Amino acid sequence: MAVALILLLVAIGSVLFHIYSPWWWTPIATNWAYIDHTINITFWITGFVFVAVIAFMAYCVFRFHHREGRRADYNPENKKLEWWLSVGTGVGVAAMLAPGLVVWHQFVTVPADATEVEVMGQQWQWSFRLPGKDGQLGTSDVRNIASDNPMGLNRDDRHAQDDVVIENADLHLQVGKPVKVLLRSVDVLHDFYVPEFRAKMDMVPGMVTYFWMTPIRTGTFDVLCAELCGTAHYQMRAKVIVDEEREYHAWLEQQKTFAELSPANAVVKTTY
Amino acid sequence: MVDIPYEGIPGIPPAEVPDVELYHPRSWWTRYVFSQDAKVIAIQYSLTATAIGLVALVLSWLMRLQLGFPGTFSFIDANQYLQFITMHGMIMVIYLLTALFLGGFGNYLIPLMVGARDMVFPYVNMLSYWVYLLAVLVLASTFFVPGGPTGAGWTLYPPQAILSGTPGQDWGIILMMASLILFIIGFTMGGLNYVVTVLQARTRGMTLMRLPLTVWGIFTATVMALLAFPALFVASVMLLLDRLLGTSFFMPALVEMGTLSKYGGGSPLLFQHLFWFFGHPEVYIVALPAFGIVSDLISTHARKNIFGYRMMVWAIVAIGALSFIVWAHHMYVSGMFPQFGYFFATTTLIIAIPTAIKVYNWVLTLWRGDIHLTVPMLFALGFIITFVNGGLTGLFLGNVVVDVPLSDTMFVVAHFHMVMGVAPIMVVLGAIYHWYPKVTGRMLNDAMGKFHFWVTFLGAYLIFFPMHYLGLLGVPRRYFELGDATFIPSSAHSLNAFISVVALTVGFSQMVFLFNLVWSLFKGEASGGNPWRATTLEWQTPETPPGHGNWGKELPVVYRWAYDYSVPGAAEDFIPQNQPPRATQLVQGAAS
Repeated sequence: MAVALILLLVAIGSVLFHIYSPWWWTPIATNWAYIDHTINITFWITGFVFVAVIAFMAYCVFRFHHREGRRADYNPENKKLEWWLSVGTGVGVAAMLAPGLVVWHQFVTVPADATEVEVMGQQWQWSFRLPGKDGQLGTSDVRNIASDNPMGLNRDDRHAQDDVVIENADLHLQVGKPVKVLLRSVDVLHDFYVPEFRAKMDMVPGMVTYFWMTPIRTGTFDVLCAELCGTAHYQMRAKVIVDEEREYHAWLEQQKTFAELSPANAVVKTTY
Repeated sequence: MVDIPYEGIPGIPPAEVPDVELYHPRSWWTRYVFSQDAKVIAIQYSLTATAIGLVALVLSWLMRLQLGFPGTFSFIDANQYLQFITMHGMIMVIYLLTALFLGGFGNYLIPLMVGARDMVFPYVNMLSYWVYLLAVLVLASTFFVPGGPTGAGWTLYPPQAILSGTPGQDWGIILMMASLILFIIGFTMGGLNYVVTVLQARTRGMTLMRLPLTVWGIFTATVMALLAFPALFVASVMLLLDRLLGTSFFMPALVEMGTLSKYGGGSPLLFQHLFWFFGHPEVYIVALPAFGIVSDLISTHARKNIFGYRMMVWAIVAIGALSFIVWAHHMYVSGMFPQFGYFFATTTLIIAIPTAIKVYNWVLTLWRGDIHLTVPMLFALGFIITFVNGGLTGLFLGNVVVDVPLSDTMFVVAHFHMVMGVAPIMVVLGAIYHWYPKVTGRMLNDAMGKFHFWVTFLGAYLIFFPMHYLGLLGVPRRYFELGDATFIPSSAHSLNAFISVVALTVGFSQMVFLFNLVWSLFKGEASGGNPWRATTLEWQTPETPPGHGNWGKELPVVYRWAYDYSVPGAAEDFIPQNQPPRATQLVQGAAS
C-alpha cells in the first residue's frame, strides 16, 4: 500500500534525519547545559509521540483502506480510552514542563557574586561597559548621549567616572566567573545573542533587561542581533572573547575609563 | 449515543415563525457583484484572498532566492528583503488564511450546514466583503507608494516600525495600519453575522450538539476573533497616533539616527502585549476552522463517524478559551517581568492536552474505517502529519527556558510555518477538493489533484522539517545574509539552497492546482448533488450549486447528528441528517 508506506517513511526519515543530520547545536560555552538537557528530554518525548501517531495512522491506512465490500465500524465514543489518552498526555506534558520550570527558576535567579556587565545596542553596533574599580556601574540616560558620550553616562554620577567604556569593539569575559549581563538600547529593540551561550534577551529602549551566565570555556564567539532592528540588522556584529584570568586582566588594563575618554569632562574638572 | 427523536416529540420544535423573506436580486449587478447571497460573498472572499495570497507566494520565492543564493540576485537588497518578509507574513496570516477560513468557508458553509436560507444580516455581510476588498487594495497599494511597504516584520514592533532605519517608514507603515483597521471593521461585520447565524438561524432539529465540527470550528474561531481583533485595532490606532501626531504610547525617550527624538515615556512592551493578545488567539482563529473541517473530511472519506464527537466539541471550546491566557509565550525573551514565565509556560503546555485529544480522535476515526484515499483524504492525512510535527515543536517553544536559545531563530520560522502555514493550507486545499463539486457542480480532476497533493505535502515537509535544525544550530531569522559567523558551517548554506529549490518547486506546483480549478469548471466530470455520499445538510440541497435561498420551498428538518456513517443495519453507509428515522426503518424493513 503505497500511501501507507510513504507516511511511514516520513516518520522514519524524520528520525533518521534527526540522528544523522550534521546540523546540531553549537558546543555550549556557559553553565546553561541544563537548557540543553531540557531540550533533549523534549526531543525524546515528542519524538516518541510523533512516531507513534504517524505509525498508527500509516497502519490504519494500510489495514483499513477501501476494498470492495468493506464497511466501517460504528463506534461513536470510548470514554475509557479517551480518559486514558488524556491522562497519558498530561503525564508527558508534566515531564517536560517540570524540568523546564526548575531550570527557568535557575535562569531568573541571579547569584549574588555575579559581576555586572552592560551591553548597549544601537543601530547597528554594540557597545559594552564594565564597572570600574568601585565595582558599580554609573547611571545613564539616553538624553545624555553626545559625540563624546556615546553611551549616555551621567557625568554627575561618581560611579560612572571609572566605568570602562568599550565602544564598537569586542567584549572580554573571564572564564568561570558568573556575570549578570545588563542590556540596554538607545533606539529600537535589539537582542544580544551568542548561540554558544544559549541565554539571550531583548534590549528595549526605556528599560534595562538582563540575564546571567557563567562562561565555562575560553574562546571567541560571534555576537549577533536576534531582534529585527532595521535595514542593517544582519550586519550588527561583535565578538565576545572568554579569557583565562590573566589574559582577561591584561586586556582590562588597556581599556579606557569614561573619565579618560571624556576630554570635555576633563576640561570641566580643571575649571573647578 | 445517537439520539433519534421522532417528529412530533421533543427534539423537533414545530415551525413557529414564518420563513424569512429574502432580499431578491433584481439585476446582474446585485446578483453577482453587490450580492447579498452568502454563497456569492464566499466566492468573492475566496477569490480576493487567493489573489493577494499569490502575491505573498511570489514574495516567498523572492526571499527564498535571496536566502538560498545570497549575493546572486542584485535586484534584492536588504530593505526589500525586509519588505518581502513583512508583507508575506501579514498577507498569509490575516488577508489570506483568516479571510479564507472565515469569510470564504464560513460564508459558504455556515448557512448551508445549519439549514438556513442565508446569513441573518445579508446587507452587512455584503458590506463586510467590500470593506475587506478595500483593506486588501490599501495593503497592495503600499507596493507602489514612495518608500514601498513597511519592512518592520509582520509583528510591526515599535519603536523601529515607525522610525527611520526601517524601510517603509513614510507611507508603508501608515497604510499598513489603515489597512489593518479596515480589515478589522470588515471582519467584525462578517463575524457578528456568522455568530448570530449559528446561534439563531439553525433549522428545526439542528441542536448545537448536532452541528458538524466544521461549524463548531468556524463558530468558535469567529467568537475568538471578535474578542481578539479589538486588541490589534487599538494597537494599530495607537501606533498610528505615535507615527502621525507624535504621541508616545509605545515610544520611550530614544535616539533616532543619532539625534534625540521628540518621543518619551511610552512602552514598547505594551505594544507587544496588545499585539500578542491578538496574535496568539489568531493562531487558533486559523487553526480551529481547520480542525473542524478536517474532522468532517476524515469522517466522510473514512465512512466512519468522527470518534468522540462531544470531546471534540469541548476540546475546540477549551482551546479557544485557553488561547487567551497564553499570549506572553511569544515574549519570553522580550524583557518582560521574568516571573511571568512560569504562568505562561504552564498555560501553554496545558493547551497541548485538548489539542492532543483532537489528534488522537482523528487517527482513531481511521481505525476500522473504510478509508477512501481520495484527494481530500490525502490532504487530511497530510494535515495530521504536519500538524502533529508543528504542534510538538510548539512544546519546545512554549516551555519557557527551552524557548530562550530557540527564539528568534529559524526553529521558530520552521515551527510556525509547519503548524499554522502548511497544516491549515493542507486543510484549505483538501476542503476545496471536497466542496468544489457543491460550488460548481463538477469534480476537480483527480490526477492533477494527486500530483498537486504529493508535491505540496512532501515538498513542504522537506522545506520546513530540516529548517528546524538550522534554528537549533543557531541561525537567526529575518537575516538578509548570514555573512561570516564561525558557528555556521558551509553545509548550512547548502541546506538553505536546497530549501529554496524545493520551495520554488512547491510554489510552481500550485499553478497546476490553479489550472485544475479553471479547467474543471468547464471540463470537469459532473458531480451530482452528493458525490462523496456525505451526511451533512449542504449535500442535501435540491439544486447543485445551491440556488438563492438554498432550500427551495421547505427548510430541511434535522433528525440526527452529522456522523451517521456505516450505521449497522442501514442499507447505505451514510444517513443524511435530514432523513427521518421512519424512512430508515422502512429501508431496513425492505432490506430484511
